[in-house]
Amino acid sequence: MKILVPLKRTADPDNANKIKIGAGGAKIETTGLEPKANPFDEYAVEASLRLLENGPTKARIAGDKLTIVSFGPKEAATNIRQALAMGGDDGLLFHADDESLDGDLVARALAKVVEQQKPDLVVLGKQAVDGDSNQVGQVLAELLQWPSATFAMSIELSADKKTVVVGREVDGGVIKLKLTLPAVITVDLRIVSSKSVVNHVTPATFAYPEGARFTPLPMIIKAKTKPIVEAPIASLGVDLALKSKYVSFALPPARKGGVKVKDVAELVQKLRTEAKVL
Amino acid sequence: MSKILVVAEVSAGKLKKTTHSAISFARMAGMPFDVLVVGHGVGAAVEELRAFGAGAVKVADDARFAHYVGEVFAPTVSAAASGYAVVAVTASSFGKDLAPRVAARLGAGFASDIAGVDASGGALSYKRPMYAGNAVASMQVTTSTQVVSARQSEFAAAAPSGGASPVEAVAAVDAPLAGRVEFVSFDEVKSARPELAEAKVVVSGGRSLKSAEGFKTVLEPLVDVMGAAMGASRAAVDAGYVPNDLQVGQTGKVVAPKLYIAVGISGAIQHIAGMKNSKVIVAINKDPEAPIFQLADYGLVADLYKAVPELTEAVKKIRAEG
Ligand SMILES: Cc1cc2nc3c(=O)[nH]c(=O)nc-3n(C[C@H](O)[C@H](O)[C@H](O)COP(=O)(O)OP(=O)(O)OC[C@H]3O[C@@H](n4cnc5c(N)ncnc54)[C@H](O)[C@@H]3O)c2cc1C
Ligand SMILES: Nc1ncnc2c1ncn2[C@@H]1O[C@H](COP(=O)(O)O)[C@@H](O)[C@H]1O
Repeated sequence: MKILVPLKRTADPDNANKIKIGAGGAKIETTGLEPKANPFDEYAVEASLRLLENGPTKARIAGDKLTIVSFGPKEAATNIRQALAMGGDDGLLFHADDESLDGDLVARALAKVVEQQKPDLVVLGKQAVDGDSNQVGQVLAELLQWPSATFAMSIELSADKKTVVVGREVDGGVIKLKLTLPAVITVDLRIVSSKSVVNHVTPATFAYPEGARFTPLPMIIKAKTKPIVEAPIASLGVDLALKSKYVSFALPPARKGGVKVKDVAELVQKLRTEAKVL
Repeated sequence: MSKILVVAEVSAGKLKKTTHSAISFARMAGMPFDVLVVGHGVGAAVEELRAFGAGAVKVADDARFAHYVGEVFAPTVSAAASGYAVVAVTASSFGKDLAPRVAARLGAGFASDIAGVDASGGALSYKRPMYAGNAVASMQVTTSTQVVSARQSEFAAAAPSGGASPVEAVAAVDAPLAGRVEFVSFDEVKSARPELAEAKVVVSGGRSLKSAEGFKTVLEPLVDVMGAAMGASRAAVDAGYVPNDLQVGQTGKVVAPKLYIAVGISGAIQHIAGMKNSKVIVAINKDPEAPIFQLADYGLVADLYKAVPELTEAVKKIRAEG
């Protein structure tokens, strides 16, 4: 089985409150913020590895493969490399300025990559935490006319590798869908819980550590020799025109902290007489 | 005349309140609108929707729409959207899944999870929070049809305006992918409490509640005496103390109640993204340096295991006094 994981380089999401807005609202400045892989994409890599390996031994199922693809600046090679250190086999980097991309273009470009690479499964993050737009997986699935499941919290791969049952986290509960491969899956946070992903070789008793795996030094060294093929996004032959335009950016209105109260009695009194919400 | 098509959300035939936010978007955009209902056994939902001033309520009522499956809904919604300038849906998990698919099918530009619309300049301009709400973009869609998902917390539920819109049946369109995606089950989490996105008061708990039991015995009495919805940080959800759909934040639900009480929540930026537009924010945390205090209107530095039961008793007393 072959899996493709699209991975976006994003400014450190834990410090997004340190972004600045460039002169006249022209641009979001992320200088000084460490660029990291979008966390959901790391979860997508982790989930994919769990589908492709024997859990306890981490031995890859013969013939299976994980490819990482990114659209972004040259520097994104570093982030692809990290995913290769987790266990990815090779990488593709299509150069593009972040400002020249949107979800629709990324999805159209991905559709071309899928044509070339012919994966059985594309596993994406549910959202990139910079743009927060939550659309690439859905658009890709429609463009490819592949079945799909968004917001996955569990994936069970059938023994014949022809179908997956995916648990989707939705308002009010969990929906399970059975997809016939090839398919598109976008993952939510809990896909990296210890027993969220099941294939036919990992023993049912095996529990993964929570979260995306750490990369030991030997894996990091090995990843240095794994291939990353780079090309301009234009080489994919997609129309680079965007369907939306950002006119300007601003910081949100600041919210000031209020007062500290000394005890519950004072809190109750303030909520009643000052805020009038009790 | 350019028109908006509002896509309603129904579940088991019942109209979901999320729909009222998409209607509110349409009213704010200042254009005439129709409503589209796709589902099965949706007669009552359709009746309800006739009172909102829509030009028409369009209905695709068919057994294959009994459960939401994006691949099955998108072709019918896209076909019905032909000729509209804007297709609008609320950014619930339903809308987030459906809207981009419809945009893809229509070749339309998509404005995702918008927090505002400005119709004054001729073209519609959308306000979009990005970077966990730390930047607000003003954006426009340049295709002739636009698809929009509207953030429920920012578009107050529309109230009925009276009248009785005509009802029009629309055909269910065959979904070529239907044979490759099968609905298996919906494991519903039922709760008697108000829904997070609709509640006037939200009481949220964090990792510090330590267990499902902690939520039950310490937080729930306060939630219930306040008539509130219960929320949680991701840390509490990840640890399995409460179901996932209670998560408040950048990657969970965005809420803006009259009163938000954060109990034992540190105030990570991803959490703040989901509650900072609440009218009044209260934080209870034993660490005076916790970032949540930087935006709380009322901060109480205290051990929650002492403060929360005290607060519960105090509110009970007030309620008893009427
Ligand atoms: C991709 C991604 C997406 C995320 N999305 C979200 C999201 O949508 N929503 C979200 O909430 N988080 C999200 N997070 C996680 C976020 O970064 C924080 O880790 C999380 O919000 C922390 O939860 P917490 O405040 O409950 O826990 P902690 O940060 O551990 O804080 C616990 C707090 O409880 C206090 N405390 C402990 N004991 C007591 C006591 N007895 N009495 C009073 N106070 C006490 C402590 O002082 C501390 O401030 C996301 C993270 C990532 C990487
Ligand atoms: N520039 C990009 N390069 C690679 N993958 C991307 C890019 N942008 C988005 N994606 C993928 O699409 C998912 C959803 O992103 P979005 O729809 O932009 O929120 C991400 O989690 C990634 O898996």
